[in-house]
Amino acid sequence: MGTAISVEGLSKRYRIGELQGAYGTLRDSLSMSARRMLQRHHGQHEEEIWALRDISFDVHEGGVLGVIGRNGAGKSTLLKILTRITTPTSGRATIRGRVGSLLEVGTGFHPELTGRENVFLNGSVLGMKQREIQRKFSEIVEFAGVETFIDTPVKRYSSGMSVRLAFAVAAHLEPEILLVDEVLAVGDAEFQRRCLGRMEDMSDAGRTVLFVSHNMQAVTQLCDRALLLDHGQTVLDGPSNEVVAHYLQSGHGSGSSREWPDLAAAPGNDLVRLRSARVIQDDEVAGSVDVRRPVGIEIGFSVLRLGEPVLPKIKLYDRDGDVAFNALDTSPRWREPSEPGDYVTTAWIPGNLLNEGFTSVDVSIVSLGAPKLHPHAGAHDAVSFHVHDPGEGDSARGSFIGQVRGVVRPLLDWSSEER
Amino acid sequence: MVETEVRQTPRDTTAPALTDRDARVTVIKPAPRWPHLDLSELWHYRELLARLVWRDVAVRYKQTSIGITWAILQPFLTMVVFTFVFGRFANFPSKDLPYPIFTFSALLPWTYFASAVALSSVSIVSNRALVTKVYFPRVLLPLSAVVVPIADFLPAFLVLVALMFWYWVFPGIAILLAPLFLLMALAAALGVGLFFSALNVRYRDVPYVIPFLIQIWLYLSGVVYAIDALPEKWQWVLSLNPMTAVISGFQWGVVGTPAPELAKTLISVAATGLFVVIGLWFFRRSEPRFADTI
Repeated sequence: MGTAISVEGLSKRYRIGELQGAYGTLRDSLSMSARRMLQRHHGQHEEEIWALRDISFDVHEGGVLGVIGRNGAGKSTLLKILTRITTPTSGRATIRGRVGSLLEVGTGFHPELTGRENVFLNGSVLGMKQREIQRKFSEIVEFAGVETFIDTPVKRYSSGMSVRLAFAVAAHLEPEILLVDEVLAVGDAEFQRRCLGRMEDMSDAGRTVLFVSHNMQAVTQLCDRALLLDHGQTVLDGPSNEVVAHYLQSGHGSGSSREWPDLAAAPGNDLVRLRSARVIQDDEVAGSVDVRRPVGIEIGFSVLRLGEPVLPKIKLYDRDGDVAFNALDTSPRWREPSEPGDYVTTAWIPGNLLNEGFTSVDVSIVSLGAPKLHPHAGAHDAVSFHVHDPGEGDSARGSFIGQVRGVVRPLLDWSSEER
Repeated sequence: MVETEVRQTPRDTTAPALTDRDARVTVIKPAPRWPHLDLSELWHYRELLARLVWRDVAVRYKQTSIGITWAILQPFLTMVVFTFVFGRFANFPSKDLPYPIFTFSALLPWTYFASAVALSSVSIVSNRALVTKVYFPRVLLPLSAVVVPIADFLPAFLVLVALMFWYWVFPGIAILLAPLFLLMALAAALGVGLFFSALNVRYRDVPYVIPFLIQIWLYLSGVVYAIDALPEKWQWVLSLNPMTAVISGFQWGVVGTPAPELAKTLISVAATGLFVVIGLWFFRRSEPRFADTI
């Protein structure tokens, strides 16, 4: 069996400016360089970070490799390099066969064009030949179930219809190698299920799959091997269940449960230290939670001496790394200094509030202050979980299957009357 | 044994045509220090180029309610204004042609060039969704953008034919060379477009610079007055501008003005070549960072 993907010493360096989207203006740039010339101020060092550092691995034909790691570990950069969207700084990768990725679903769809026109446009963009698209056209349209609207401009489609059509095109690309980024895939449950289903079909058919995911259960189920990345470097490469177990236990990855058994090494100071953090649903630690039911973030901490009053705080990030919200435990019991001892507190996030997808949680123990809080103990990305919608019609999405945008997705009370 | 069968069969049945043609080996390496243009790769992507051109033409004619009329009205109204302002009041030289014919036959290649430059200069940023999601040679974007305005040129050309009948002006045998001059306009626009589209990825004020540039360029190209009425010295300087040769060459072919001087035309051809080389070099050099900075 041959090698489908061979990666040797792949590295990617970003300048900090690039990451922050240094999309400046020509005017600023010109005046800046003029100023620099006048001041003879040279040798200004631009800060750099390595998004990937010396990554090497092989995937044999028909292999299914999972890539895991916390946010910013370099997973998406790796995919971008393998799909040739960006170039590596050093190293090389050799890929044998046609590459497809589910991150490009719907790329190049134009709202003014009809469904038919978009199938041809999208197919070409994904690298299909004209004849190939013609051959598969009726199959694609049937798969998407949009036969009657095929000559209607896509702007009149419901978002579910255009997602189905886009997915149908991508699914008929029949690549030998499939690259999937679950984090980037549009977040609705129906679509994610389809992506996973498609992946399973592909690997059953002997295609090579590289699967980037936060969903540890899916990685263990679908992948025979997994690669754990952290800060752009390979931490572990081996059988997926071992790698996932390592990731969840080690301080590296935030899983749904985290402990700091060694008090002296736990995050904190001489007043308070963190001991544990867990994600809970239905009285169990949960990596994947139902969007409709409350989720608890349980924080264990030790107060070491009598000092200023301290209170627990959580901060949630959505799948794009944007802050969803901050929350403090405002109960009266934290208004007085706490007696030394161990405490456990659980923040209950109501059901039907969070949006679907990956959610990461910072936990901390703080004191009130103005204008800022004083942090005593904190863990960034302490725990994380995946929010899913089983799509039974009783959540905020109702029977809508498209992507629901927004940091939160509350289920509101709507009152209506006929006037 | 069973496992191999299960794995092999679907691949052979579902994708029989793919295995030999598309199962090519891709080697991903750091961007080379000295970029070059991979022509065989461009050839491989020719269908996508056609698709991109077709998309922009289709969308252009679907979105604007008056569609094709717009392509005709724009140069026609400009011609009317120029005729009154420069032809009547200022009495600019027009190579002994009726001023409307003179200026309209210059406006055709000019309007094409101006829209080609404007479209291609923003082509990377306006296709951000493609650039950040899929790989294809990025050169296709400015390249397709300079082909698109040909769709506007053709109907406007029919108006010129009608005008020529009206004023009873006829082309000579040199009309066979007119397409070559248009090709030169395309190449010059491509050079400029490559340069600015790459610059636009970094700097978002590029779209504000373009109209200004085109405005000045118009007055240096012999659209409103005949270049050969200028002092000889300036004619040589202006031949560095490819559009002077394009316009006098196009007019020579289509409306039968005197042939442009060969030496000046050759200077313009060389300048065009230089535009393309510089544009392409700058583009290819910036290309590896497009997806990171856009």
